[in-house]
Amino acid sequence: MMPAPRGGPRPTALPAARLAVILWLAWLLACAAVVTRTSFTADLSAFLPRMPSAEQQLLVDQLREGLVSRLILVGVEGGDADWRAAVSRTMAARLRKDARFSAVSNGEPVNQAADQRYLYNHRYLLSPTVTPERFSQQGLTAAVADTFDLLASPAGLFTKSLLPRDPTGEVMSVMSQLDAQQRVPMHGGAWASRDGRRAVLLAQTASAGSDTDGQARAIDAIREAFADAAKAAPYRLVMTGPGVFSVKARDTIRHDVERLSAIGVAIIVTLLLVVYRSVPLLVLGLVPVLSGALAGVAAVSLGFGGMVHGLTLGFGTTLIGEAVDYSIYLFVQSAQYTRGGQRDNRAWIAGFWPTVRLGVLTSVCGFASLLLSGFPGLAQLGLYSISGLATAALVTRFVLPHLVPATLHLRDVTPLGTRLAALLARARRLRWLVAVIAIAACAVLWARHDTLWGRELSALSPVPAAEQALDASLRADLGAPDVRYLVVLSGPDQESVLQGAERVARQLDPLVASGVIGGYESPARYLPSAATQRARQASLPTPDELARRLDAAVARQPVRRELFAPFLAEAGQARTAAPLRREDLKGTSMALAIDALLTRHGDQWNATLPLRAPASAKATDVLDSQPIRAALDRAGVSHALFVDLKRESDQLYGGYMREALHLSLGGVLAILVLLSVALRSPRRVLATVLPLAAAALAVMGGLAALGQPLNLLHLVGLLLLVAVGSNYALFFNGAASTGPTTAISAHTLVSLLLANLTTVAAFGLLAWSDLPLLKAFGLTVGPGAVLALCFSAILARAPANRRRTTAGQP
Amino acid sequence: MRRIRLILPALVLGVALLPGMAIPAFAADSGSAAWGVDQLMSALAQRKSGRVQFTEKKYLAILERPVESSGELVFVAPDHLEKRTVAPKPENLVLDGDMMTVERGGKRFTMPLQNYPEIAAFIESIRGTLAGNRSSLERYYKLGVEGRANRWTLTLTPADSRMAAIITQVRIEGAHDALDSVEIRQADGDRSVMKIRPATRP
Repeated sequence: MMPAPRGGPRPTALPAARLAVILWLAWLLACAAVVTRTSFTADLSAFLPRMPSAEQQLLVDQLREGLVSRLILVGVEGGDADWRAAVSRTMAARLRKDARFSAVSNGEPVNQAADQRYLYNHRYLLSPTVTPERFSQQGLTAAVADTFDLLASPAGLFTKSLLPRDPTGEVMSVMSQLDAQQRVPMHGGAWASRDGRRAVLLAQTASAGSDTDGQARAIDAIREAFADAAKAAPYRLVMTGPGVFSVKARDTIRHDVERLSAIGVAIIVTLLLVVYRSVPLLVLGLVPVLSGALAGVAAVSLGFGGMVHGLTLGFGTTLIGEAVDYSIYLFVQSAQYTRGGQRDNRAWIAGFWPTVRLGVLTSVCGFASLLLSGFPGLAQLGLYSISGLATAALVTRFVLPHLVPATLHLRDVTPLGTRLAALLARARRLRWLVAVIAIAACAVLWARHDTLWGRELSALSPVPAAEQALDASLRADLGAPDVRYLVVLSGPDQESVLQGAERVARQLDPLVASGVIGGYESPARYLPSAATQRARQASLPTPDELARRLDAAVARQPVRRELFAPFLAEAGQARTAAPLRREDLKGTSMALAIDALLTRHGDQWNATLPLRAPASAKATDVLDSQPIRAALDRAGVSHALFVDLKRESDQLYGGYMREALHLSLGGVLAILVLLSVALRSPRRVLATVLPLAAAALAVMGGLAALGQPLNLLHLVGLLLLVAVGSNYALFFNGAASTGPTTAISAHTLVSLLLANLTTVAAFGLLAWSDLPLLKAFGLTVGPGAVLALCFSAILARAPANRRRTTAGQP
Repeated sequence: MRRIRLILPALVLGVALLPGMAIPAFAADSGSAAWGVDQLMSALAQRKSGRVQFTEKKYLAILERPVESSGELVFVAPDHLEKRTVAPKPENLVLDGDMMTVERGGKRFTMPLQNYPEIAAFIESIRGTLAGNRSSLERYYKLGVEGRANRWTLTLTPADSRMAAIITQVRIEGAHDALDSVEIRQADGDRSVMKIRPATRP
């Protein structure tokens, strides 16, 4: 691979060449070293902001580690309902023993006895109705009367056994807080969907949602448990949940990246072979591409803490399409600088390099704006593209010429070039068509300007619509918390956040009563703050006093007062009992709720109170935030936040979108400035920019006409289109800032056609990706690149002397 | 402790009390020789809807005298049943298909009936009788009938031991297609008796 320049002797070339090659090899090694220490992710991290606000941080925490991120929703379909229930029970029994899960629910009463014992034994510490008023003579009389009334109601059948122990109905008070539970229908001892077509389970993984490997292991465990339980019977397993999505997205990305790059490389290799008819040349042509890809990954790895997102790699395959252009320009155009088997390297480099350099600088300007993005996904793309393209161009310029033998066995492309030149001459007659297309595109864009841009972060989600539908259906079956609205309190210790949760709850209760919210969950329900527990204990009168008040309270009831001996004994014990601690919940299902709702990050404790929309708002599930914020203000708790996670994520996306729009405009502006400086002619800048603008308009108009909502990635795709297309336009308009506008040569035309085909091959393939993100790129850049070339050709100025097009040929 | 679990559903339930409806009706043929469960069921099935008043007395061992409640019952075939208690505390219980909803003291609970088999059994004793649905009754009970069309007694005995641990027997008395009383005898010796009379038409 060492250069063997048999061409014109250039005494200074050899050391310079050696130096370039050595530097390049060292660079490759350095990049490779960085890449080997890089890890690749496919989770939502690419979509989460780099510098989040407090609300966004909550969103991020919830998505990464929150209870919701750990839920896997499982459905068993097919076969017969009773057997589905049996499969569900067998799976659940196995998974409950599996350390990869912290809980598996399918309706079986596994923790029921422990739950009931906890609620019953500690009723005087847990019940919100244990107050001094309730145990005053008047309050006690009223509470006892209520309990007697309840005996007359259907519930009396069950409450009568509690009467001697709980004449004030504290068990009822505790239980009635736990509404919203047990809404999933049962069949055959296990949860079933409302339509009865599947058995449903809810698994909570031990690993956080952001731990994709952990999630993958949990999913495997569920699959194994299902395979074991269902044997060969006709059952199907369906699963959704954030973890399932991450794992699937990672697999899809991996699969897409592998498949699309393999096909893309195959097409490009075939194209190049057809044109070059030389394997060594083909291999050499790929050298800048691979160097660029390696440098890109290494740069992202260094810039983003050793993490490269799978999507960046997916995008990277497309870079092949653009980076390979440089070597194509180099090789194909070299033919015109070759005389009698000897190449004039100096003229060759002087011929192609200024144009390519300006093209690369244009691309770098465009992508540099993305580096400023707060959206890590975009910033990664920007960094990857800049370092990849710059490396590829530099390698093409400074290394590749030394590796290429002076005698190139490139197929003679002159006949093709001549035909293209003839086509080009006629293409200019189509100028009106470009104008029509551009105007039509503008009309479509104007007509659809309201619905042009997608507004939801889910537009970027790598989760296909079918999967999202399944998720919604399983969630509805399970009544699973989709946890959209949260109140989050933070404080220095557990006690302070529990007290805060109680204060907030006192303000939320009236909102529940008035139907503003459907309900809420709070850790303080299961584990009241120590202060509240002490206050409840203090509400209970001394045993003698309680006995006296009870006698008076039951005096008019049809009952003997000795009946209440157990009540007096248990209330007396509760009065002096040690307060409940977190450990006391062990073995109950409430322990899981506490783990999810009462969390610690370093020195900071958080209490989370998920809110439910009222049933009347079910269709929209939207809560009016105003009264809730007002309630939080009234609670007077510092560090309390009300968060609408969906709104937060949509706003996040809206922010990205606005930012991307600004950055893209900034990129375009930078490109214009660069071109103005380099071309020093407003007319040539215009001639370069006009075809690109027309192509961009046409692509947007086309997508809008097809009803495809445009998202962030389309926007970035347009930027990329300008970057790629600028090369074409520059060649047509002559890049060199000095000298007259020269007509484009036949070789240049061939190199442009070939470069265009490789670009379309690489980007066009993305249109078939399963990932909406990559698809958006493919749909934008694939057709856009073709249009940019055609429009550049059509709009190129006719040369002063058309004969010169073939003047360089032997 | 298992009773605790049943409190909430029981709240919802009007169950033990859901009696039938007695509105005057055109009766099944009385005095027919082959009168039995099938004839009673088909007579009951004729009634598509009804509204009656009830008074229920519960005799509990822990109490020195029975507790009493009263209100209104509404049935719409095949499976809608409402029990509106007026005294001593207003309470509204609605059963619609498999869902039951109870409102009491400004609170409202809804839950699927099939999650609570004991309660489902209760519900069917009344609803199945009102609807004349023999197969749904037989899912939970052994049926027995005495008397004749113009004065009959239907006895329901729990078929499964879980249910038998709570209820010994349900005795429903009626005439033609109308129910007069429902008596529920519990395994612990307590019992409730619900008397039914036609609603006073406004």
